[in-house]
Amino acid sequence: MSSSYAIEAFGLVKKFKTSKRALARTVHETGTAHVDAEGRIVAVDTLSFMVKRGEIYGLLGPNGAGKTTTMRMLATLIKPTAGDALVAGHSIVDKPEAVRASIGFLTSELKLEDFFTPSYLFDFFSRLHRVEPQVAARRKQQMFRRFGIEDFATTKVSALSTGMRQKASIAISLVHDPDLIIFDEPTNGLDVITARVVTDYLQELRLRGKTIVLSTHIFSLAERLCDRIGVIMDGQMLAEGSLAEIALERSLEEAFFDLYVARHPEEVLL
Amino acid sequence: MRSGLVAIMQKELKRFFSDRRMVLTTVLLPGLLIYLIYSFMGSAMSSNLTVSSDYTPKIYAWNLTEPLAEVTEAAGLDFEPVSIERMDNIKQEIANKTADLLMVVSVNFDAELAYELGEEVPVAQGSAVGAGEVRAGAVPSISLYYNSTRVESSAVYAQTQAALSAYKEALRPVFTVNAGEEQYNLASEEDTAGFMFASLLPMFLMIFLYSGCLAVAPESIAGEKERGTIATLLVTPLKRWELALGKILSLCIPALLSGASSFVGVMLSLPNLYQLESGGSGAASLLDSSVYGISDYLMLLAVVLSTVVLFVGLISVISAFARTTKEANVMVMPLMMVVMLVAFSAMFQTSSETNFVLYLAPVYNSVQCMVSVFGFTAEPAAIALTVGVNLLVSALCVVVLSRMFESERIIFSK
Repeated sequence: MSSSYAIEAFGLVKKFKTSKRALARTVHETGTAHVDAEGRIVAVDTLSFMVKRGEIYGLLGPNGAGKTTTMRMLATLIKPTAGDALVAGHSIVDKPEAVRASIGFLTSELKLEDFFTPSYLFDFFSRLHRVEPQVAARRKQQMFRRFGIEDFATTKVSALSTGMRQKASIAISLVHDPDLIIFDEPTNGLDVITARVVTDYLQELRLRGKTIVLSTHIFSLAERLCDRIGVIMDGQMLAEGSLAEIALERSLEEAFFDLYVARHPEEVLL
Repeated sequence: MRSGLVAIMQKELKRFFSDRRMVLTTVLLPGLLIYLIYSFMGSAMSSNLTVSSDYTPKIYAWNLTEPLAEVTEAAGLDFEPVSIERMDNIKQEIANKTADLLMVVSVNFDAELAYELGEEVPVAQGSAVGAGEVRAGAVPSISLYYNSTRVESSAVYAQTQAALSAYKEALRPVFTVNAGEEQYNLASEEDTAGFMFASLLPMFLMIFLYSGCLAVAPESIAGEKERGTIATLLVTPLKRWELALGKILSLCIPALLSGASSFVGVMLSLPNLYQLESGGSGAASLLDSSVYGISDYLMLLAVVLSTVVLFVGLISVISAFARTTKEANVMVMPLMMVVMLVAFSAMFQTSSETNFVLYLAPVYNSVQCMVSVFGFTAEPAAIALTVGVNLLVSALCVVVLSRMFESERIIFSK
């Protein structure tokens, strides 16, 4: 991996075939839906961006902008309709397993099986990531101590609090100590304390030289964490750069709304 | 073997076997419940149809002649004489289930009978009709009044009728059917067991194997999807086929155990259930499974194992379409109906399918193989073909399931 970029996305496109009912639901949930000539929903529309090594890059956008779809494509959970991306030097289209082996993908949608204990799941996922048992054991101890879940390591996930579960989920998603972490909506559904633990940890990871890509619709989170931000709407990149470059001495929120108004003038009239 | 595949299998098995409630409800309970229910049904039905041994039936007779009294007494029937005035009352009592039987013998029974037999017509003492007055063509008759809805009444009716029939045949035998002491049924013990097993067990086996698979597969596939835990697995470097194959193979074990539990329950309860047909005694020997040899069991095992893999594969693929376990259980109903219909069809079969092409049809081929093994007509080539077809379709299920795990519409559908 010689490139100075952890992620290079080239013209990513994702279209979903959908029924009229599903389309209506999407419109209802997100207020908008971008549909192509064949009636497919265009969730991501020719999206290109670069993420430098060692930075925290934030994809900022409203609901339905295509953030989660982009993150899922980068994590190879879904395949792009067109375009490609090099993630840690591997094509998401041709080498999905290699991509998955090099990244940690986190989202509140990824759940741990209630029946098992964090300790068992840590070992299980270490095996799936082919981590050496000794390394895994040492890492488990470190991570569980870092997140304060040592005392609950052998408690079934079903008996853990939501915050504890989320922390266990982060520890388990990073069993292989990846250099690149893709985090979809890091603080979604978390209480303020756990959210703070998570954002602190992301900063800690950056200090350790890790690259982090996160998606969010929370301006304060993007302002506080991100080195660079990509603003996406309707699956397209509207602006990209450092906080200062995008905000231009306004708050990020104001800058964002200016971009939104420029794109959806009809909605502002209402 | 690949480490991802092994890890998935170990996790699935740990999930199942360390969950006491799951083991109890899918492995122990089905067999136990079937055993208890079938045994209870057997004993309840047989006790409904047998009369307590110390019961004295209330039986009445009008005009019971000397020879008839001897015949019935010899059969252990003790009739109480009744006057003509009370006959209607007795009939009412029988209708009300407080009396069991009323026998009414025609007025000139002995005289008419002698006339019919061409003997000298006796002059019965006190008889209203003289010998010369026996009308030609007047057939001597006996009427038996009983109540078919009362077990005691039915039993004493059958007993009386049997005694009278035997008496009638003894008086003037025209011909007899199976009247001797000989063993008339020439079926060997093996044939009898084979016939019983071949007509019953394929149906039981197929249904229980299917329900065994149904108890574990939707939970593991649709359940993981519903709870969002499958996506957690999909972001690891694990190959999709490893996940699909690992799940299907490991689910076969609890599915097989669950099916075996139900099957054992049925086997153990069959003698109890069959009390009603064989009077409680011969059932166990009728169902003596020792008539089968080791090769029969091996062929059966191969068919059962491949059928379980097939069922788990099919149910897993269907479950992957469902968003919730509940939805999955509804979606697998049509397959269940097909399996049950095909399994039931085996009950009415006298011999297994001989057309080899039909062994290419999954489910049907398994049933046919089971019928043939139990009926001692198994063709190793047909068994091999069935196992091959089942494994091939299962492999196809693994491929389809792997593809489904790659599909965002399947994994992220809401």
